[in-house]
Amino acid sequence: MSSSVLKEADRVMTICNACRYCEGFCAVFPAMELRRTFTAADLKYFANLCHNCRGCYYACQYAPPHEFDLNVPKALGELRLETYAMFSWPSALKGMFRNNGWVVGLVAALSVAAVMLLTLLFKGHAAFFGAHTGAGAFYRVVPYAAILLPFTALGVFILVSLWKGVANLWRETGGQPLELRDLKAHRQAVWDVLRLRYLEGGGDGCNYPDERFSMVRRYFHHAVFYGFMLCLASTTIAFFYDHFLGWIAPYPFWSWPVVLGTAGGLALIAGSGGMLYLKKHMDRAPASVESFGMDIAFTALLFLTSLTGMAVLLFRETAAMGTLLTIHLGFVLGLFVSMPYGKFLHAVYRYAALVRHALEQGKGNREASKGNG
Amino acid sequence: MKPEDRSAPNLSRVYDVLVVGGGNAALCAAMTAREAGASVLLLESSPREFRGGNSRHTRNLRYFHDSGNWHLTGPYLEDEFWNDLLLVTKGQTNEDLARFAIRESKNIGMWMEQHGCRFQPAMRGTLHLARTNAFFLGGGKALMNAYYATAERLGVEILYEATAEDLEIREGLFTSAAFDHRGVRRTARARAVVLASGGYQANLEWLKQSWGPPAENFIIRGTPYDKGRMLRVMLDQGAQPVGDPRQGHAVAIDARAPKFDGGIVTRLDCVPFGIVVNRDARRFYDEGEEFWPKRYAIWGRLVAQQPDQIATCLIDSKSIDLFMPSVFPPIEAGSIRDMAARLKLDPAALDDTVQAFNAATRPGSFDPAALDGCATEGIEPAKSHWARPLDTPPFYAYPLRPGITFTYLSLTVNRRTQVIMQGGTPAENIFAAGEIMSGNILGQGYMAGFGMTIGTVFGRIAGKESVRYVVERLKRS
Repeated sequence: MSSSVLKEADRVMTICNACRYCEGFCAVFPAMELRRTFTAADLKYFANLCHNCRGCYYACQYAPPHEFDLNVPKALGELRLETYAMFSWPSALKGMFRNNGWVVGLVAALSVAAVMLLTLLFKGHAAFFGAHTGAGAFYRVVPYAAILLPFTALGVFILVSLWKGVANLWRETGGQPLELRDLKAHRQAVWDVLRLRYLEGGGDGCNYPDERFSMVRRYFHHAVFYGFMLCLASTTIAFFYDHFLGWIAPYPFWSWPVVLGTAGGLALIAGSGGMLYLKKHMDRAPASVESFGMDIAFTALLFLTSLTGMAVLLFRETAAMGTLLTIHLGFVLGLFVSMPYGKFLHAVYRYAALVRHALEQGKGNREASKGNG
Repeated sequence: MKPEDRSAPNLSRVYDVLVVGGGNAALCAAMTAREAGASVLLLESSPREFRGGNSRHTRNLRYFHDSGNWHLTGPYLEDEFWNDLLLVTKGQTNEDLARFAIRESKNIGMWMEQHGCRFQPAMRGTLHLARTNAFFLGGGKALMNAYYATAERLGVEILYEATAEDLEIREGLFTSAAFDHRGVRRTARARAVVLASGGYQANLEWLKQSWGPPAENFIIRGTPYDKGRMLRVMLDQGAQPVGDPRQGHAVAIDARAPKFDGGIVTRLDCVPFGIVVNRDARRFYDEGEEFWPKRYAIWGRLVAQQPDQIATCLIDSKSIDLFMPSVFPPIEAGSIRDMAARLKLDPAALDDTVQAFNAATRPGSFDPAALDGCATEGIEPAKSHWARPLDTPPFYAYPLRPGITFTYLSLTVNRRTQVIMQGGTPAENIFAAGEIMSGNILGQGYMAGFGMTIGTVFGRIAGKESVRYVVERLKRS
């Protein structure tokens, strides 16, 4: 155990393992119960398995001011942040996890500025203030190649980086490469993600933003997740239209890209806005304060990206389109650039932890039934 | 001003029902009385963070049910329930009241869920009790949180850090209670009172009266707020006691546990797999007499009877993974003599004890899941099961002290939970529920989840009967 954060997580989970009252809340406690003592690898795995539902904090007979001072969501949240810096690739950039909120904010601001500046440089201010309509209107502001090439390169980089990060997590938490091919575990993990099973808190939701049980955070998160997926689908279909069918954007309102993009954008605005609102009003006692900047920057960036996206749609027939489009593309760029060094990581790391959980619970149950038989 | 004080109770009024205490029984009484239309004031002596008495350390409740449901794996009927109770109490129970409690517990889980309780399905850690006992999701503190939220929503007025100190009783009728609220003495008036303020197991002075100086070395497993004030006041006022004042439910727990409120995590389940020695490095009781769940409750008393009320459980590396992990790491040593040095025991004496024990063990097929017959021969005290030589280092040790869970001395009550005074007359408007009256039913021993049954059943009855009394009195006047 090197860091004080790891030591605290070890202390906390050792007490939890002698109590086990919380085993019905989430995946962390059943995973804990398979062990008597914890390695650093185990604790990093628990940290990424924790969904921060906070049920265990309010239910805890040892929570502060008890002298045991147990605060599982805080201890695991602080360790989770450390694991992001540990696992992310390329590791030379792990400094970005210090003051991540400011870093991501800066990246976003620079991205917006860069897109606007380049547009101004290459297309002049007519691109900003002229009205552009009809096929290819967007590309008269920002050329097609200027969108396609950087984002494709960035996309490839992101995929490599996320994959390397997951591979690091898998190895560092004791997983074997071959285990990743267990389709049954993936099926279970996908289902856990799609329904956000561990924000259900055993039925009535999680204790967020305060001590009361509520599904509101789960619903907002669903809106973000499915909104993001709809936007991804919209972009993919548009790409297909453009490349293979030769249909050039903008598309009419009742086309798949626009319908999906609109639904996704609205869901993202509602979801990310809701998450930000809840974060502002939450009880901070069980929270890992160090993660605030990262959480807020990522959620705000999602909110601004979807908000400007909807603005482009709304005003695409007007002279404001050029300006709005460049701002929107700037935020999208910022979102993509910061993706491997911010809160987005939770999506892939949590998924990997859930796969690992499905694997070892399957094994544990098989062993248990063998023992009983 | 703390947020929970915003609706400070109006102490100039006369409440219908005053509830003294803030655990399971108190809340069940308060919610029931309030739902029947009464105005209710509840005085909880702890701060909000530690509310809920010993209930905050509980995890499950046992209740009578005809068939299994989503959180119970099968039926648990009255006769089986009664026989289980008879077994643990060895007859130290009031059959009429006990059977009444069992019948009143029928399907009580439904009422609990309606009042905010959330159960969990049978899981790895709860399977052994999954048919008879319903487990609260998140444990007793989660249940208390739910009940407090429901009580607040219903309009029960709750005052924290309010410790009832005295009861004004005129011609057998309760009129008011004096209480301390953060250093200020105040008075609450009510037409009826429900005493649900627990036993006196956190009152070391009182424990010393029955146990003598050794009580100084006891660890109190639960809340530090159960001082038995209401029990004392009522006994002084002439209430009829029940239950042995010299008895308490005590188990052997880790000696490194905090003095109060250590709860479940300080328990140790290693005794059947090793030997237990006292301060003089001598064994003193058969460690393998029975399965641990059937014996753990005698070890508190056994350790309490040893010099300095301290003992040590010693195992070797063969057994370290056979029991639930506990909160404090074991003391580790490479040899018995090293271990003695670490434990500040006489090395020669400990060596003798271990060698004598090892020599008395016989080959057999060790099986932690069965009464395996691996017994010692020719040694006193014998070890009847799971006796294997301590010969594989590293050796591990856990220090043990008596940890008291609850006391048996209680107020006698009738089926309406009215407190019975000397001479047998019930106090008309003084009701008692929970640990303060559990000695009527649980005169000896303990049965998992039954304290919560008593609290829930009699809490509800006390709530109902106190309102019945208030309504009848108002009708008369």
